[in-house]
Amino acid sequence: MEVLKTFPLGQYIPGNSLLHGISAKAKIIVSFWLIIIIFLLKLNFYSYLLFFFLILLGILLSSLPINYFVRSLKPVYFLVLFTFIIHFFFGEEGGRVYFRYGIIHITDNGIKMALFMSLRLIYLVLITSLLTLTTSVLELAQAIEDLLKPLNFVKFPVHEFSMMMTIAIRFVPTLLEETDKIIKAQKARGAEFGKGNLISQAKSLLPIIIPLFINAFRRANELAEAMEARCYRGAKGRTRYRVSRWTIKDLVFLTIGILYPILLLVFF
Amino acid sequence: MALISLKNVQYIYMEKTPLEREAIKDISLDIGKGESIGIIGKTGSGKSTLIQLISGLLYPTQGEIFIKDRDIKKWNSKELCKIIGIVFQYPEYQFFAETVFEEVAFGPRNVGIPDEELENCVREALTTVGLSYEEIKDRSPFNLSGGEKRRLAIASILAMNPEVLILDEPTANLDPKGKVEIMNYINKWVQSRNKTLILVSHDLDEIIRTVKRVIVLKEGKIIFDGPIEKLFLNYEKIEEAELELPEILKLRKVLEDKGYPLEGAFTVHEIVERIVAFKEHISIWKS
Repeated sequence: MEVLKTFPLGQYIPGNSLLHGISAKAKIIVSFWLIIIIFLLKLNFYSYLLFFFLILLGILLSSLPINYFVRSLKPVYFLVLFTFIIHFFFGEEGGRVYFRYGIIHITDNGIKMALFMSLRLIYLVLITSLLTLTTSVLELAQAIEDLLKPLNFVKFPVHEFSMMMTIAIRFVPTLLEETDKIIKAQKARGAEFGKGNLISQAKSLLPIIIPLFINAFRRANELAEAMEARCYRGAKGRTRYRVSRWTIKDLVFLTIGILYPILLLVFF
Repeated sequence: MALISLKNVQYIYMEKTPLEREAIKDISLDIGKGESIGIIGKTGSGKSTLIQLISGLLYPTQGEIFIKDRDIKKWNSKELCKIIGIVFQYPEYQFFAETVFEEVAFGPRNVGIPDEELENCVREALTTVGLSYEEIKDRSPFNLSGGEKRRLAIASILAMNPEVLILDEPTANLDPKGKVEIMNYINKWVQSRNKTLILVSHDLDEIIRTVKRVIVLKEGKIIFDGPIEKLFLNYEKIEEAELELPEILKLRKVLEDKGYPLEGAFTVHEIVERIVAFKEHISIWKS
């Protein structure tokens, strides 16, 4: 099952770049801010170009090879192409008309929209990749916990929520590995997968799914016991081994990340 | 003709990614019918990869594997299951059926054993591992004890009656009595039917009791392949593979250093006999 091995998981690439060193909180805030800005950005060439410079700066600061970013676009190639074609042939009316046949029409506005909508999607993916490639899952979960802390006032169990998230993410590779093992074991007993009609295909998956579920429950039980044995009692009175503090670097990053897009909005 | 034959086999995990790792490096090997072979090596030495290659669950990156002189890639997977049976580590984690009968019948049914023969087949497999067919066939596999679960898992492979039985740490996490019992059942089955056995284990004592030929792996390479007696004369091979010497060999080493002649004696019984004979010899000579 090569699929399991090429699963796009744990995108995080360890490194010592400037972007790796910035606190996850700052990175999350800026990423969200940029995503909002993308949708507010005026549809003209200059604002998109200048916005791209910001992303380019991020890529340079991450000092990761460019092909990691190209690869992260792979899952959305089709979506981008689809968006482009829809807008290109069936898009908005307006401006010069280059071609018209039935419902198909190529216009100035349509081409413009096709271009900008595709760019939006690409920008979105690049920004999230910048975040996930340079921030480990643990850092992300802790940062989310910190950022959601205000929700404690409305009795939202922030710590439990982030602990759940961390555990779920932590166990994805374990479960994948286990799936691989179970598939091999059942294959060794002559099981075949993905053959026959839909019903027999679904049935042939039972020998994989049932042990997987049972093992997941067993594992959950063991984990709960191990946590209790170490006196885990939820958020109350719990402190961190690594406390993240805001540094000058983070603040500079935050200021640039927030102000630059605002300037783009104001001037273009 | 060799039953299983590996020619310059290499295997790389996650090839062409940053996580690439060479698990097997240029291994050539012949395994004949009726042999009993132990594969030892520390964690990460390539034992599991090697047995998965032999079972056709992984295909080599380089080199070729022949089963009965036919390239392993050309075998139909069901046909291969009838020749090579593999019991993975902690096989009880693969249970899925509602009853013990269904669990054992899964394999034979898949390889096309007709329904009327199934009952016999399951009964025989369960009896082989010392479980009572009548008592256990309708119980849930999940409600058995640890030792029973392990025996059931082994029975579910034996039921397919493979020519080669591969066992990956079959006694891991069992109590000492359960360990010996399971190995006894397996040995009886292998010997009475003249099957080929491949046993992977950390436990050198278990290997000594069970197999005749040993293969020592280190970092994906074979550093020793030969009869077990020869391995005992090459302590340094075991140490080179970073494995713990079995207690009996440690004792033997100490005794030999003290001057007892122990050539060719490898079991507790043989060593005691030599010592007694040597003592008698000394006392006669003194008087």
